[in-house]
Amino acid sequence: MTSPETESAVIIDEPDTSFVEMIKRTGGPNVQNCFQCGTCSGSCPAGARTNYLVRLIIRKALLGLKEEVISAPELWYCTTCYTCQDRCPQEVNPTDVIKAIRNIAVAEGYMLDNHRKTAAKVVDAGHAVPLDKDTWRKLRESVGLEPVPPNASGNPWAIEEIRKITRKSGFDSLIGYEEMRRAAEEKARQKAKKG
Amino acid sequence: MISRMARPKFYHFLGCIIPHRYPSIERAARLVFEDLGVELLDMVGATCCPAPGVFGSFDRVTWASIAARNLTIAEAGGHPITTGCNGCFASLWDANHELHVDEELRKRVNENLAEIGREFKGTIEVTHYVDVLVNTVGLDEVRRHVVRPLEGVRMALHPGCHWMRPRALKKKDNSERPRIFRELCETSGAEYVPYKDELICCGAGGAVRTADLKVSLDFTKQKFESIEEAGGADIIVTPCPFCELQLDLGQVEIQKNFGVEFTYDVLHVMELLALAFGHEPGEFGLKTHLQYLQRKSEPRWERLGVKA
Repeated sequence: MTSPETESAVIIDEPDTSFVEMIKRTGGPNVQNCFQCGTCSGSCPAGARTNYLVRLIIRKALLGLKEEVISAPELWYCTTCYTCQDRCPQEVNPTDVIKAIRNIAVAEGYMLDNHRKTAAKVVDAGHAVPLDKDTWRKLRESVGLEPVPPNASGNPWAIEEIRKITRKSGFDSLIGYEEMRRAAEEKARQKAKKG
Repeated sequence: MISRMARPKFYHFLGCIIPHRYPSIERAARLVFEDLGVELLDMVGATCCPAPGVFGSFDRVTWASIAARNLTIAEAGGHPITTGCNGCFASLWDANHELHVDEELRKRVNENLAEIGREFKGTIEVTHYVDVLVNTVGLDEVRRHVVRPLEGVRMALHPGCHWMRPRALKKKDNSERPRIFRELCETSGAEYVPYKDELICCGAGGAVRTADLKVSLDFTKQKFESIEEAGGADIIVTPCPFCELQLDLGQVEIQKNFGVEFTYDVLHVMELLALAFGHEPGEFGLKTHLQYLQRKSEPRWERLGVKA
């Protein structure tokens, strides 16, 4: 749950403001309003049990410490509950700021393997939680529903539309979709050989 | 109120968890809306919303493009959307909103949608089941359908986050002292049990359940402990299937990870209303919740006041 803190002091002669400008594009215009009151971290259920500190992340961001902010694993402990956003007296919109920082982290290659896999499921099946086993179809039938719902699970053309979107938007390469798909195919081949 | 109006119609956005893991919620929602004279239209070919804290954290433009594609399915038919999931509601509502106020985003999203011959027009409204029940149907009409009031059932609530937050944007309820979800649940006749951590997140959102299951379960455990401090409850009711999964299956996972056993029956508000409207639990498969399947157990019928 913890990551090692920086051992030596970070020397900041002149704050680099380019990171803040990147954050403002999608995280809202008010990040520089932050006066470090700590209402966000005081309200944060993730901060109560991990080393995720919204206040610290925002302060570091304002000082331009981009690499330190985007590479920190604790960035991914925010559940986006928006309690900090509802309480922030300076209208910083901290949850939106965190999501903006996460977008920048992903764009620069910082993404957890489990998150890549979840993202790939949407590209593969149209759903992050897919109807991927017979058990789930039977479960539906047992409650009096048709085995396959009218969503993408029974409509391959819908999945094809998602793939066109994720190819065009660059999401496939962002999450390394092709590499993951090839690795999964290779694994299946090896398994078939053994079996 | 409704009988004098045309039968309200909503495109029914299912998402992933309701149809694929908790189909009892889908079935209960169909029963309750049928009873209330609300027509649900299938959204053929709809996909993942996609999950706001997950996809929205990865790449905002792709998130908004996939959400907008879902919106175009309803735009084509000209009826509003309703969904029983806080996450789906957040994705579709937020994308709808952001595409209205952010021209640059709308341009980029429509470039992506052009690949599949679609265009976001921004002509429909996105609602949650709670909105339909409270605003379209009305609580008096809901109350009129309650033929089996769940009297004496102690009910803890978990409203979750994304239906009412961020408050300044959603303008639904006071997120520090919400009352709308409580008033809706109280129509069932069950007794509201307040507890200190009612408003904290279940722990599943924002891609945290995927990133670190134990951390996410630690939130959930805190909620259960808070309910116990308040004297316990017979059921926990939520308007979100992802929260339901976290609170229901989460009890099995908490036992495995922390060695603490909780045995709460966790109901979606539509499952609560289906029971109060007189439907038998077998009509919508209450006992198919993943907690029961994994533990080979059943709902605590005596606490619910209904029989299998």
